[in-house]
Amino acid sequence: MKLLILPFVALLAAPLAAQDLGAPPPTTAPLETSEGMPPEEEGGLTGSVSFEGNLDDLGIAIPAFAAERDVATPANANGTGALGVELARVITADLKNNGLFKPSGPDGLPRPSYPQITDPVWPTWTNRGAEMLVQGYVRPRGDGRLVVGCYLYDMALKDELARSGWVVAPADWRRAAHKCADLVYSRLTGESPFFDSRIAYIAETGPKDNRTKRLAIMDSDGANHRFITTGRATALTPRYSPDYRELLYISYVDGQPRIYIYDIGTGRQKLVTQSKNPTFAPRWSPDGKWILYSMAVNGNTDIYRVSRDGGQAVRLTDAPGIDVGGSYSPDGSRIVFESDRSGEQQIYMMNADGSNQRRITFLGGRAATPEWSPRGDQIAFTYIPGDFNIAVMSPNGKNFRKLTDGWQDEAPTWAPNGRIIQFFRTERNTGHTTIYQVDLTGENLRKLPTPVDASDPAWGPILP
Amino acid sequence: MKIRFATTALLIGAASLAACKSSAPEQLPPAGGAASTPPPVENTQPAGPAVGTQEHFVNAVRGQNVIYFDTDRYNVDSGDIAALQSQAQYLAAYPNLTVTIEGHADERGTRDYNLALGERRANSAKNYLVSLGVSADRIGTVSYGEERPVALGSNPDAWAKNRRAVTVVVN
Repeated sequence: MKLLILPFVALLAAPLAAQDLGAPPPTTAPLETSEGMPPEEEGGLTGSVSFEGNLDDLGIAIPAFAAERDVATPANANGTGALGVELARVITADLKNNGLFKPSGPDGLPRPSYPQITDPVWPTWTNRGAEMLVQGYVRPRGDGRLVVGCYLYDMALKDELARSGWVVAPADWRRAAHKCADLVYSRLTGESPFFDSRIAYIAETGPKDNRTKRLAIMDSDGANHRFITTGRATALTPRYSPDYRELLYISYVDGQPRIYIYDIGTGRQKLVTQSKNPTFAPRWSPDGKWILYSMAVNGNTDIYRVSRDGGQAVRLTDAPGIDVGGSYSPDGSRIVFESDRSGEQQIYMMNADGSNQRRITFLGGRAATPEWSPRGDQIAFTYIPGDFNIAVMSPNGKNFRKLTDGWQDEAPTWAPNGRIIQFFRTERNTGHTTIYQVDLTGENLRKLPTPVDASDPAWGPILP
Repeated sequence: MKIRFATTALLIGAASLAACKSSAPEQLPPAGGAASTPPPVENTQPAGPAVGTQEHFVNAVRGQNVIYFDTDRYNVDSGDIAALQSQAQYLAAYPNLTVTIEGHADERGTRDYNLALGERRANSAKNYLVSLGVSADRIGTVSYGEERPVALGSNPDAWAKNRRAVTVVVN
């Protein structure tokens, strides 16, 4: 009997959940700041900067980064010299695509030499319509890693405003460019950085009545795109853990919609909770220790909280209506969520232990998918007066502002600095889906580049 | 051709039944009433679908394996009762069969809410079947939210067709 049972057990032990997973993506190592660099200066456009005017009009020249020597590197087939051009292109695209400043370069700009990076030749850069100059270098280190330096200069003051440097593995060279773009952005605006971050989303292909939906990840600019699942089972609504080590998402791999925790390091996944009931709408607490999820029992959906390490779940809502979603305040003390206990979808607030539940939206129209800003001062949500729009409000439900006007815009997710919102837009009839982003001001609406249709975006924090 | 003949035969049968009914109203109705008779017995036709297949079930309940819901609603209304009664009769006639009820929502909702709504709709249909005497452990449920539309347009007619609970025979 034992002999008969053993193979059966082995079959059962092969995780059903693994059947939809492709090769795992590379893990993210924390970025090392280059030695010999002074700490980054804090603060925004202060008296030390000469420019006075609208930041949208601030010209920034970004010439190719200089290579100490033009040598071979795994980061670029044409060597470190060509890599220097690419670094400047990524920085320019970061700023340009987000409607920030008036960046130019590196194509069409003079190319500074390696010694000139820390000692700009000012006459080269005057009369080019730029108030700021970003220069940098790339230097291979003995251990095969790359040192990338980034300098921000004020042309009028002929002075350095900020500098930093990073040591990256050749495969992570784009992160150094994003770090440089973040340095420039933060120094000039006073805002927190956001470029060096990633997005998890659902990649969609196929006809409307037979969509293939795959879990996918990419950098904040769409680069380094990877599929996590193969598409055999429908995948929905991913969320990056705050440390980028895990992804929560829904898979139909065992027939029911259930939440899995996917470990990026091992490429394995497990159920978030052992239950026969369907689970969905997964969310992390800001410290990554807790997971909020929604579970339907006999048709009634409530919100639960469970430790990331498993254990006993706690039910936070018990209304007879649908209670779903949920987003923690940055300090973890409160949760904003969605409920139809009034008869239609509206947004509610509760303490993190489920106490003191109260409705906060009274807008005339439905309100859904609330997401608390990482800054804590705003809640983004899907406002549904008829069509579906992205809107923001204060945590007390006041100061409502509509940011988009699509036919169906839904599921907002915040940039790490709380200044930009991504969401997805569905096209009427065709069902095509696209990720868009918009500023908190409602300006700079733009489509994100994805290889196929895209929905359910989830923007992670700044990379470690 | 065979199917066509069979259909024609059925139609003639139905017509003659109707004719019979109208020409001879004094005739006594069959004992027990129509509601308690077993569903049409398709399995007497050798070419027909076998018991245990979805096709057999759908034919037997005359396509009424789907019920429909109003926007954001999940209650079984009067229009659905006949469909669920015929499903319950079929399940009474074939007590070894189990079914899954798939709950669906239209595209005009947010994803998480639609998953919850599909679950509610599937459970509404299940609870009604249970109230008609079908054992609860013969009925599974699954919500597909807005993920599996049958009507592909973006208009009220298409949305009405997609807000549904579909009963599917488990093989």
